Amino acid sequence: MGLTNQSTGLGTLKELYEVELENQDDIIVGLAGNPNTGKSTVFNSLTGLKQHTGNWPGKTVTNAQGRYEHRGKGYVLVDLPGTYSLLSSSLEEEVARDFICFGNAHLIVVVTDATSLQRNLNLVLQILEITDKVVVCVNLMDEARRKKIRVNTKRLEEHLGVPVVGTSARNGIGLPELKDAVARMAAGEIAPRAKQIQYENPVEKAIDMVRAHTDKLGLGDLNSRWVSLRLIEGDAALMDTICKHMENHYGSRDEKIESMGEEINRARLMLGEEGLDQDGLRDSIVSSIVGTAEEIGRDTVYFADREYRKLDYRIDRILTSRAFGIPIMIALLGLIFWITIEGANYPSQLLSKGLFQIEEWLTRLFIKWGTPRWIHGMLILGVYRTLAWVVSVMLPPMAIFFPLFTLLEDLGYLPRIAFNLDSFFKRACAHGKQALTMCMGFGCNAAGIIACRIIDSPRERLIAILTNNFVPCNGRFPLLIALAGIFITGGSGTLKSVVSTLAVLGAVVLGVVITLVISRILSKTILKGLPSSFTLELPPYRRPQVGKILIRSFLDRTLFVLGRAVSVAAPAGLFIWLMANLSVEDVSLLDHGARFLDPFGKLLGMDGYIILAFILGLPANEIVIPIIIMSYMASGAIIELDSLDALRELLVANGWTWLTAVSTMLFSLNHFPCGTTLLTIHKETRSRKWTLLSFAIPTLTGIIVCFTVAQGVRLLGLV
Amino acid sequence: MAGKYVPLSSLKPGNVARVRELTMGGNLRRRMLDLGLIRGTRIEVINRSPFGDPVAYSFRGALIALRSEEASGIIVEV
Repeated sequence: MGLTNQSTGLGTLKELYEVELENQDDIIVGLAGNPNTGKSTVFNSLTGLKQHTGNWPGKTVTNAQGRYEHRGKGYVLVDLPGTYSLLSSSLEEEVARDFICFGNAHLIVVVTDATSLQRNLNLVLQILEITDKVVVCVNLMDEARRKKIRVNTKRLEEHLGVPVVGTSARNGIGLPELKDAVARMAAGEIAPRAKQIQYENPVEKAIDMVRAHTDKLGLGDLNSRWVSLRLIEGDAALMDTICKHMENHYGSRDEKIESMGEEINRARLMLGEEGLDQDGLRDSIVSSIVGTAEEIGRDTVYFADREYRKLDYRIDRILTSRAFGIPIMIALLGLIFWITIEGANYPSQLLSKGLFQIEEWLTRLFIKWGTPRWIHGMLILGVYRTLAWVVSVMLPPMAIFFPLFTLLEDLGYLPRIAFNLDSFFKRACAHGKQALTMCMGFGCNAAGIIACRIIDSPRERLIAILTNNFVPCNGRFPLLIALAGIFITGGSGTLKSVVSTLAVLGAVVLGVVITLVISRILSKTILKGLPSSFTLELPPYRRPQVGKILIRSFLDRTLFVLGRAVSVAAPAGLFIWLMANLSVEDVSLLDHGARFLDPFGKLLGMDGYIILAFILGLPANEIVIPIIIMSYMASGAIIELDSLDALRELLVANGWTWLTAVSTMLFSLNHFPCGTTLLTIHKETRSRKWTLLSFAIPTLTGIIVCFTVAQGVRLLGLV
Repeated sequence: MAGKYVPLSSLKPGNVARVRELTMGGNLRRRMLDLGLIRGTRIEVINRSPFGDPVAYSFRGALIALRSEEASGIIVEV
């Protein structure tokens, strides 16, 4: 089912739309819609899947599939990229359009935003031109009500000629009705009479000329009127796709295509005589569509309060103002870090006390059973202790940080960050949306890399990919927070947490600055070019759903990241223990490695163990700190590690100064991406060269930065 | 209302104008059209970003940020 990249001849970056059917009778439903209409929420509510949702445009670029059952029948839902139109030939639009045309979907559900229905109708009308097997879902009805906007769905249904269902997907309202409408449409119980756009006379005439030929091509369900118009417009990508499609299904059709080509030329000549050149034709087509949308919108949407966005604008004028925009942004981020650091301290201690208590019990149990020492060493001192550290150091900050960050995302603040920072990115000859992919990197760099697909220009996408690693991901925040907490600060209490907040904040700001500098350098060297055009939608602020955010961010993000950390840390713990306890010439393997790396580490303000920890931490950044701890504990004094103070003692006993902590933080910020991220980069770029560069660039940056700082501090005699 | 024709980028926050024509061609023109920027579209300048560029414009119920390069290619009637 569905077409693969090969059969449609689509570019390498496109998703494979191989729809997986559990059951041959399953109905395939494509889910289309503008960005930021809650399409992902509709998808999640229908399928029970937990695709990440956020209040910023362009989030769903990859397609997701999910299945649900309704009245004994199976439905496979395919989430298409959010687009405003199907005419711009951006990557997302082509993917969405090709699926609607050739994806063998039984029907398409178009999700629209009740609060800006008129604009959304643009896409609805375009899809109705291709197929009439459409159900329109007017989502965010609750938001609309709050803004005193009323949508008459019955009337809209009359205009469009297909079923219209009002929903508030995040509250589950209207979804049963939506499923019913989909079921009836799929079963053929509804006879759609899809609204067709009336174009200007010359355009209609041209369509009729070409249609006489396209009708004979055997295009199946494809609307020949729509195909004709696209061909007249000179849509090369579509022409290619159609030819490939036809070759696959009916063998070569050269002759028919040739005579059609001649007719297309005649139609264009005729349009030219009417004063419609290529741009003119495009203007005319879009004007007819937008005009129709406007007309329908006027008749179906009622604004009781025309000024409903005034409040949003007022908020924006403050949040993105010259005076306050940047300070507020930094302050918000700082506040999040501060709450995280302050709030995580106590539960972290509790957790580590509890977990080390369990270690003691387990040890006693092992002694009672007379288990050999090495088994105890491997399982308890190796695997368990590493796990305990990962959990107690990482879980509390993540459980606080993620919900807070998700809250910002849900409010709609992230696009404002992109808006604030765009000027810098432009000067760096990069894309404004890179700020969004950077924000995704705060969660997970691999996710950030995938998010780079929202950037159309290949050059700017590569820049975004190569520099994504400069913002710390979740796996690295705990290291930054822990080291800032125990080392940078001298004071106590509130002052302590404020200073460590500033340290983490400084690290993040530095990461952004390095991102910009490296982007600029790339633009001037191996990725030469000028910034491409960019439009960014600033979506309305939405009231966040606090309860859902807590649950969602905890389950989706916190447990996911923790799960990954634990699954990597367990074997790593075993491996490190073995390295620390297997000796060659009376020196453990770990010490051999660390000694070898020590001179290099010292140059960068660190030591061999730390460098070794970063190298061994390649599978996941989360385990760098546990490895450092384990190496010190295995090779030096054994300390009961039941608090951050004990960690401090351990580190100081191993020669750490504040410079070591700063260098480690800097190197954590600037070093090779983790294994998962590297794999993702390779998958996205399909190139060894770029993957290698994405490894080398941050690492070199880290080496240069750490070397400069360490040597500078030593020269000045500060340590 | 026969007004002056000026590039959109020359307007200040609070100004309101109507789209007269797009001077850019190709793909960029398509994008602007798809956003609904056809002749006659009412457009309001909402605010500048902290460094003056891009600027947020409100039209057809949406708030869209455009860089000065794009905005200067949109001729509006004030």
